[in-house]
Amino acid sequence: MSDIAVEMKGIHKYFGKFCALQNVDLTVESGTIHSILGENGAGKSTLMSILYGLYKPEKGEIFINGKKAKIENPSDAIKLGIGMVHQHFMLVENLTVTENIILGAEITNKFGIIDMKRATKAIKELSEKYGLYVDPYAKIEDISVGMQQRVEILKTLYRGADILILDEPTAVLTPQEILELIDIMKRLINDGKTIIIITHKLKEIKQSAKYCTVIRRGKLIDRVVVDDLSEEELASKMVGRKVNLHIDKTKADPKDVIFSIENLVVKDFRGLEKLKGLNLEIKRGEIYGVAGVDGNGQKELIEAITCLSKASKGKIKINNKEIQNTTPKNVLESGISTIHEDRHKRGLILDFSVELNSILESFNKPQFSKKSILNFEAINNFAKSLIEKFDIRPDNCEKTPIRALSGGNQQKLIIAREVFNDPDLLIAVQPTRGLDIGAIEFVHKTLVEERDKGKAILLVSLELDEIMDVSDTIGVIYDGTIVKTLQNDENVTEEKLGFWMAGGEN
Amino acid sequence: MSIKISSLLKKSTTAIFISILLGFLVGGIILALSGFNPIQSYGELFKGVFSKPRYIVQTIIIATPVILTGISVAFAFKTGLFNIGAEGQFMMGAIAASFIGYKIDLPPIIHPIACLLGAMIFAGLYAVFVGWLKAKFGIHEVITSIMLNWIALYFNNYYVTLPSLKKPNSEGVYEVLDSARINILYNVKANQENILAFRDKIAELKGNVPIVNGVEKPTLFMKLLDTVQDIVFRTDINYGIFIAVAVAIIVGFILNKTTLGYSLKGVGINKYAAEAAGINVKKQIIMSMLISGAIAGLAGGIYITGMSPNRIITLSLHENYGFNGLSVALIANNNPIACIFSGLLFGALKYGGNAMQSQLGVPTEIINIVIGTIIFFIGMRLIFTIIADKLEKGENSNE
Repeated sequence: MSDIAVEMKGIHKYFGKFCALQNVDLTVESGTIHSILGENGAGKSTLMSILYGLYKPEKGEIFINGKKAKIENPSDAIKLGIGMVHQHFMLVENLTVTENIILGAEITNKFGIIDMKRATKAIKELSEKYGLYVDPYAKIEDISVGMQQRVEILKTLYRGADILILDEPTAVLTPQEILELIDIMKRLINDGKTIIIITHKLKEIKQSAKYCTVIRRGKLIDRVVVDDLSEEELASKMVGRKVNLHIDKTKADPKDVIFSIENLVVKDFRGLEKLKGLNLEIKRGEIYGVAGVDGNGQKELIEAITCLSKASKGKIKINNKEIQNTTPKNVLESGISTIHEDRHKRGLILDFSVELNSILESFNKPQFSKKSILNFEAINNFAKSLIEKFDIRPDNCEKTPIRALSGGNQQKLIIAREVFNDPDLLIAVQPTRGLDIGAIEFVHKTLVEERDKGKAILLVSLELDEIMDVSDTIGVIYDGTIVKTLQNDENVTEEKLGFWMAGGEN
Repeated sequence: MSIKISSLLKKSTTAIFISILLGFLVGGIILALSGFNPIQSYGELFKGVFSKPRYIVQTIIIATPVILTGISVAFAFKTGLFNIGAEGQFMMGAIAASFIGYKIDLPPIIHPIACLLGAMIFAGLYAVFVGWLKAKFGIHEVITSIMLNWIALYFNNYYVTLPSLKKPNSEGVYEVLDSARINILYNVKANQENILAFRDKIAELKGNVPIVNGVEKPTLFMKLLDTVQDIVFRTDINYGIFIAVAVAIIVGFILNKTTLGYSLKGVGINKYAAEAAGINVKKQIIMSMLISGAIAGLAGGIYITGMSPNRIITLSLHENYGFNGLSVALIANNNPIACIFSGLLFGALKYGGNAMQSQLGVPTEIINIVIGTIIFFIGMRLIFTIIADKLEKGENSNE
């Protein structure tokens, strides 16, 4: 394995005055899976965008297969056999798989008309060769995210890529799909391809990659052989300090049932039942984790509880008070606070300052306004106290638009705000999505702290690790109902949960 | 140095001033191309606005309704709504004021207040319909309010035909009663007797004009009295501008200091987050349209009670008071206080443009080109940010 597929030397990249990459080297041996590890904003995507010709470095050289390369734009990169699968797919929703793959490199007959038959055949051969099974005739909008990703990979292979860059490929996949992806990557390697995978998920690196280059704040930290290090060691290299991947928590001490859902039915706009008589109960002082593959009713469950959408049937009770089909305001006032999944859409007003976001749910309270006039001094002091208590950065950011804060700090503000409401039930939906390890640690710690104060916590997450790490009770959601409720103890394994998540005995 | 310039360039105020300059520049080029001397033309425009106090007053009078429609549009915009219906709301306000001003007999002071309140309520409710359609059925406000603009126009023309309102042998209804007018010193020009009395009073105050070396040399005080007389008799000077300034301040206060403004802006920027935070999004949309419509209606009310012909006439096309409000709001960057100044600029261009035409024969369309160009550059103000970034980059590479 002496062949070097990609070599980047002394790469510097500035955005204005901000130094995104400083003297970064990367060496990728051909026929290997090489992972690039770093927190959000560390510069790993920037480095790969340079390799793919999307950015031009201020300094540095690139060698592809030993030859010095000049990559000015993506077509240069494609000519050199480099392909990239972006985190957000670049697919045309209402075209078929075949049409998407050949787009821009169409197979035509002698009249210059697309030869669909030959194109389809070529794609079928390609997909069979690498085990990337797709339906060439299906429309993108009708296929799963996992399959869309396979289409993206096929697109690069179809253009003759030997070096594949995958940007956060597992972020959108279910646990099963992740395993499939790892399989596919291994098959591609066996066929002589080289894969560079950008990620901050340690488990997947351990499972797939041979080498790992760690980047932190635009600087090269280390290049390691993955098998030599544990997950914890990799994590501390990434973050720059010792991290605790598993949360320390005492055993739960659940009290009485405070929140319950009985036979909840929710229909979508087409009248199809998305929740089919869901039941669950949450006690004070416990974290109830909802595990499940995306699209099994999690979204509908949260929207029904928070009264953002209507329930067709069933009861939702907090403190024995029914709240279904009332208003979001009533839900809040009844003692339920929610950390929504999409913080930019549901959680924050990005153009408002940090302090104005901190009172989004409580601006009408006498503490912050009297006779409809806002008390800016009180608001400012309140925001300052939250910033200090939850270590929201940068310092003194209360007047800054919240848009300018990092995702982790935005999430911290939301959590601070919801915890301040002193709810009986705190709902956290994918609370760590897109956050780096430090912030994840913080979120989990806060959830456990709130539990220990005697609050009920409802955690909904697509990350099984998170559910297994944080929850006291796990409810598996499948096809609109909770199919299994179990205590989270050492007998619970990922395989078992995966079995229920896939429908179990049904 | 260039860092300073670049940070200045990134301010929206700077971009707006540059846009205004560029607007005049492009207008000047077009003037030159069509054979007019731009400097002379703009000189006439300037003189047409500033050479006499009466002209300044006239400019302010013309600006008053568009300041208000500008505030109406700016308010709606800040709360996430594009109120292109200010035109129709203006007309509905004018109709309501005209009706109350003519049909209902009320004592002075109370009468104009009733007219203006009636205009605000009527136009506000007209706009609420748009808000309700958006809140209830999700129909975009631009579509409904454009349609309602036409409905307002034809309602206006229908209203003019109503038997008890139509003035015989004219294209309009009767003027509002004297008691309903908001003109300053209106009583002195209400009838011939008062006019004569006022003129006598002025003459008496003035006394005899001193003659120095055979030439009349009036004192400053005498000139002032002449000016007052000039303004009172030859303009529609009215209290509208004070109302407009007050509205700008109130709207600014509501938007920035109150819970109402907070939740309205919240809904405007991100209604999903506002909804999740327990704010009643539908109610806020309707509320926002009510306020925006009421302000546009107030503009119509001031137009009827303060400006001649003080009545509704048959129209073949929109008069553009509402549409011009869009331009005013854009130039003001949707800041209600800034609407006062952009409205005055707008009024000055329109009024001074007339002088340009009468003195040099420059078509007034040139003014529309200037205004259009200003808005064009404001629309592309991102370009100033890009230039600023380029400047910064240049600075960096020099280091």
